[in-house]
Amino acid sequence: MITLGFVYVLAGLTFAAFAFLGLRDRTNPKRFGNAAFWGLLAVSMLAGDRLGDFGNGLLVLALVAIAGTGQIGRAPGGDVPPDVQAQRAAKHGNFLLLVALIIPAVALAGTFLFKWVPGLADPKQATLISLALGVLIALAVGMARLKPPPLLPLEQGRRLLDAVGWAAILPQMLASLGAVFALAGVGEVVGDLIGTAIPEGSLFGATLAFGLGMALFTMVMGNAFAAFPVMLAAVGMPLLIKQYGGDPAVVAAIGMLAGFCGTLMTPMAANFNLVPAALLELKNPYGVIKAQIGTAVPLLAVNILFIWLFAF
Amino acid sequence: MLVLIGILIIIAGFLLRFNPLLVIMASALATGLAAGLDIAAIVAAFGKAFNDTRYVSIVWIVLPVIGLLEAYGLQQHARSLIGRMKGATLGRLLTSYLLLRQAMAAVGLTSVAGHPQTVRPLVAPMAEAAAEAKNAALSGDQREEVKAFAAATDNVGLFFGEDIFLAIGSILLMKGVLEGYGYVIEPLHFSLWAIPTAIAAFIIHGLRLRRLEKRMAQQDRMQEASA
Repeated sequence: MITLGFVYVLAGLTFAAFAFLGLRDRTNPKRFGNAAFWGLLAVSMLAGDRLGDFGNGLLVLALVAIAGTGQIGRAPGGDVPPDVQAQRAAKHGNFLLLVALIIPAVALAGTFLFKWVPGLADPKQATLISLALGVLIALAVGMARLKPPPLLPLEQGRRLLDAVGWAAILPQMLASLGAVFALAGVGEVVGDLIGTAIPEGSLFGATLAFGLGMALFTMVMGNAFAAFPVMLAAVGMPLLIKQYGGDPAVVAAIGMLAGFCGTLMTPMAANFNLVPAALLELKNPYGVIKAQIGTAVPLLAVNILFIWLFAF
Repeated sequence: MLVLIGILIIIAGFLLRFNPLLVIMASALATGLAAGLDIAAIVAAFGKAFNDTRYVSIVWIVLPVIGLLEAYGLQQHARSLIGRMKGATLGRLLTSYLLLRQAMAAVGLTSVAGHPQTVRPLVAPMAEAAAEAKNAALSGDQREEVKAFAAATDNVGLFFGEDIFLAIGSILLMKGVLEGYGYVIEPLHFSLWAIPTAIAAFIIHGLRLRRLEKRMAQQDRMQEASA
């Protein structure tokens, strides 16, 4: 049976290859930092379960030290010239599109297959495993037809990852910070603060505080999942559901979506907001957030109104 | 109260644009110390969480495929496809992607599309090409805004589609938390109550995409007038 362990090995080997190829790139003055950074990430993927909690913590400290002191960066140049790309695009056109669509298509098919046919792969991780299989199939099909130099996919992949840089591990870092916050009881303190700020006896005031609280706390934590239990305990359960008799399904479901509006507006949700800015090579790292605020603010107002209209 | 120092460090650090990895580490250490943990325990807690959340970073394995296809001109091909379609405007293209992303997320297919898999190789270059078809030349700022909106559209579609799916993590979380208070609720109820917001998100973001398209055309006319 294929498990998530297989995907971690594949990711570990990919990062190890990126580290090795980065080390060979003499045009990059930061090649040693790059190699150490992606090499440590490869170790984490391949052997993280054997390092122990403290060992993993030291690995993270090393990653932060390398990136935080500016030791990683991309080499200038190395792009395939645009006219060569255009020539190749004219020749291979729709085949490229087909290969690009293999990844989502296999992810889709595998998700269903692994749920219906037990024993092939861990059904709980079906999509991630299928995504990895899709990558391998797409790579095999692309290599067979295009016949590039054997190392070209890894070299180009490495250059893309170097462009993203340390932002590549930002989502994982923020998720880990959330775990420390939980351990320290940050959620309860914030919940108490918001709970005391609500005007007595106002149904709309309580609804407003719940919706805004979900969005704000999500912005701080970068994740609506962390905000939900806290805001429900502080406002949703004692006031909206118990005191005013609100429908718990509505309060919970739309409250969560009010939190998602917060996710659109915070750099803490790095994988959605900062990583794409790096991946698309935007000049402003907050460009994606800027584009989202105009949707998030009115939608948050709509969500608060929906709770008020539908729950009571 | 003292444990809130970590939040202050995060906000100040992001505002002052320090390296976020350093800010996060400082916040974790300060929060842990304020809660009375010793440094070794904080490092171990952080390390455990980092190891448990490795699945977040495996999406980067798609990069060799994207790198290969881009070296052979995938972005150019995506652009020329859109350039040949007469009716493909920026607004229509991104609104179609929004609907597609919402619909796929609503049936649980959240990882099928995403920023590395679809936005960078396909959606962003297509959006640029659609904007170029209407506007003579995109300025650097306009190009930046079009790309940012391509990424934003992916996020809005994902967030306000996925909660319609029964077995998504957030629904299971809501069910679990409410059961802790003695309310047993079928996942279907949470799913159904996600639909009004999904529709509202489609309307609001769709209108903004139309306005983006109009604004770009207007900027173009002003540029022509001044030239």
